[in-house]
This record gives sequence, structure tokens and C-alpha cells, in this order.
Amino acid sequence: MKIRFKLNGREIEAEVEPNTLLLNLLREHLHLTGAKYGCGIGECGACTVLLDGEPILSCLTLAVEVDGREVTTIEGLARDGELHPLQRAFLEEGAVQCGFCTPGMILTAKALLDENPNPSEDEIREYLKGNLCRCTGYVNIVKAVKRAAEEMRG
Amino acid sequence: MSLWINRIDTHILPINFQYHAPETLEEALKLLAEYGDEAKILSGGTDLLVKMKQRLIEPRHIISLRNLTELRGISEVEGGIHIGAATKLREIERSQIIAERLPLLHEAVKAIGSIQIRNMGTIGGNLCNASPAADSAVALMTLGAELHAQSIEGERIIPIEDFFKGPGVTALKPVELLTAIRIPPPPENYGWAFMKIGRTSLDIATVNAAVLLTLRGGRIDLCRIALGAVAPTPVRAVRAEEHLRGREPTPELIQEASELVVEDISPITDVRGTAEYRVEASKALVRDALKLSIERAGGGGR
Repeated sequence: MKIRFKLNGREIEAEVEPNTLLLNLLREHLHLTGAKYGCGIGECGACTVLLDGEPILSCLTLAVEVDGREVTTIEGLARDGELHPLQRAFLEEGAVQCGFCTPGMILTAKALLDENPNPSEDEIREYLKGNLCRCTGYVNIVKAVKRAAEEMRG
Repeated sequence: MSLWINRIDTHILPINFQYHAPETLEEALKLLAEYGDEAKILSGGTDLLVKMKQRLIEPRHIISLRNLTELRGISEVEGGIHIGAATKLREIERSQIIAERLPLLHEAVKAIGSIQIRNMGTIGGNLCNASPAADSAVALMTLGAELHAQSIEGERIIPIEDFFKGPGVTALKPVELLTAIRIPPPPENYGWAFMKIGRTSLDIATVNAAVLLTLRGGRIDLCRIALGAVAPTPVRAVRAEEHLRGREPTPELIQEASELVVEDISPITDVRGTAEYRVEASKALVRDALKLSIERAGGGGR
């Protein structure tokens, strides 16, 4: 089946099977390996991408279902070689250890800040609860989101 | 579900099927009439795809509701509040109408999974998946929701009480599609509560409960209590409701009523909790939910 969709700002076309998962289309066919395969059943959030700006799980999404829509992966956040404020804040706050959860974490945080530019700590934790981190704990991740929020508000 | 982690490769979807994305409701109903038994409705996929990955079900046809905008949206209509079956959970959570008119449903929907799950999942999907633990189900049971089912033969309305037949089983015929949920206007000055016990806040419930009640002259008038994850389907705690109706809500009465919930539940032991725990948790949850509901209804409960 032929699908067309916007991926990180560019119109693309792909040939997929009905049972191709969005995650596998991204990773194996389009070679965007930012989104990760974690649990495969919607528990961990490592495969999170943005669909029309909203975080969704690409391991539980059929590729055909994104036909005509807009997908953003972690590879689409930097602009002209310049990291997104969230990416920079995650580095600066040491919010990354093994890095496996980081792409999903940052994309979910981006959706949060797009919706609520000044979230409280509780709001950040509530919004990010579907993204599991097994290394650093969440303290530096929350700090990084707050720091990015401040920077983005100017 | 977590039992399956690492036992099955959930990396791919190991099932071949034909994918249909009808443009109209009529077209969708025709597909259901043709493929009924062999078809599954895709409306979010957060439960369906997990079951397919685990090969618990292997449908030959997938009928996606993604193009059916007529099945989405929330509106106030004569006879209550109308929610299209394919309305995303997140849309319900964000809806001003729901937050103001049906805060009980707002809270129950917010308790479902994560942001990602609620961006994908739909209210109709949550109901048709027929998990005994579905958070929206207990809320809708106390709200007296009516479910609209359509087939090419026409429409029928199923009271939510009659909808759940067992784990994963509903009253829908294979050719029928759940199109809408209609919630009658709630009574004036009602008190309500939604409560859930889970290991973490994004878990499937170990036990969940919803209460809706009204007071008249200091006595409990209307009273509905529903519990989830403690029987093969979400259930009403009828005996407790009867015990409360027409009586003054004293702490003793509330305690007695919450003990009575055991009459209407039949919990099992699974990964999320033991049967014994669920019995005790049900009593405590109903007691707390009753107290909060009475307070919200303007009564003296603490």
C-alpha cells in the first residue's frame, strides 16, 4: 500500500504492508533510529513520536494510519544544526544516561511545552508518566524540562 | 499483560490481514456485514494491536475508523450528552462540556493509561475491548449511559448495564458497530467520586470504583455504585445501593454499605492483585468514594 505523509517537515512517500508498524517503517525503511523499540506493548514510551503534534506510540500504530498526516521524530527537532532547547537542556542537566528513553522523553516534553509553556513539576511528572527511564531517575529530567521551558518562554 | 513481556516478540505484527479504511459509516457497516466474524474494528489500537502481537486474536480483516469523522466529537443534545464512539480519550479529557457537566467521566478518562495511550485510544475502543477493569466503564455505569449500536439492519440502543458479557465480550453482534455513547443529563446537585487503585498511576486498575448519588432532605435518594476489576465485567454494587437508599448517611451506614459490596463482586487473583486483597480494597474504595460523594452532594459526610 502506498502512503504519503509529512515526516519532519518533508513530504514523503512509502510502500508499506498493512501490518507494517510505524516504528519499523521509521527505523528499518527510513533509517531514522531515534524512536526505540522498548516493550512493544505500550507500557514504556520509548517508541514515542509526534503525530500532528501529539505524542503517540509508534510500536502500536499501523504505518498506513499515518497516511496524509504529519509525523515528527527526534531527528526533526534540531534546526539548521542547532539543537532544540529541550535537547540542549537534557544535555546540560545530565538528564541522559544510557539515552534509550531520551528521544521519547524529549518528544513528549515538547508536546507538553507546546500546550503549556509553564508547567509545574507535578504537571511535568504527570505528562511524562508514560515515558519510563530505568537509569537516571526522573529528577534531572524534570529539571531539564523546566530549564527548557524557561528558555523557550524567553 | 505484563506476563507476556519477553515471552513473545512484540517487535512486529506477525499477522496478515486486509486493511479497510471506509470513508462513510454506511461503507463501514457494509464491510462489517460482509466480514463480521473475521473482522476487527481499529479505533486507536492500543488494545487491539497488543492482542494481535500476542496472537490472542488473528483477524483476517481490519476495519479502521480513522476516516469516519461523524463518529467523533462531543455535543450537548436533547436527552443528554452525546459522545461519538471514535472520540479520542484525550479529546474527552480536554472537553469543557465533559469537565463541567460530567466531572466523573472527566476524572475516569484521565485515569486511563498515559498521554500517548489517551491520544490514540477512543471511548468506544475502551468499552468494546470490554476489560473488566476499564476505567471509563464504571463511570458510565453510574451515569446510566446508553450505547448506540448500528448495523446495516438499523440502530439499537443498549443500556450500558447490558453491554458487558464477560472479559473481552460485549453484547454487540459481529455485524454491529458501536457508534455513540449517550449520557442522560445528570441529576441536580449530585455527588460523585471516581477512585482507582493501581501499582503506579498509569497502571490498569487493581480495583476501580465510581459513585453517583443525590441527597434529599438529608437522606440518600438516588444512589449508584459501580466497581471494576473485581468480576468478569464491571458491576453495580446493587446490595450496597439498596442499603443506602432513603437513609441518612451516617458513618455507620456507610461502613455497613461498603461491607455489602462483597455480595456483588467475585474477584480473582492475577498479576495485579489477589482476590483477598481485592475484596478488602473494594470495601475501602467504596467507603471512601461514598464519603467524598456525600460531601460533594452537600451532605455532612466527612
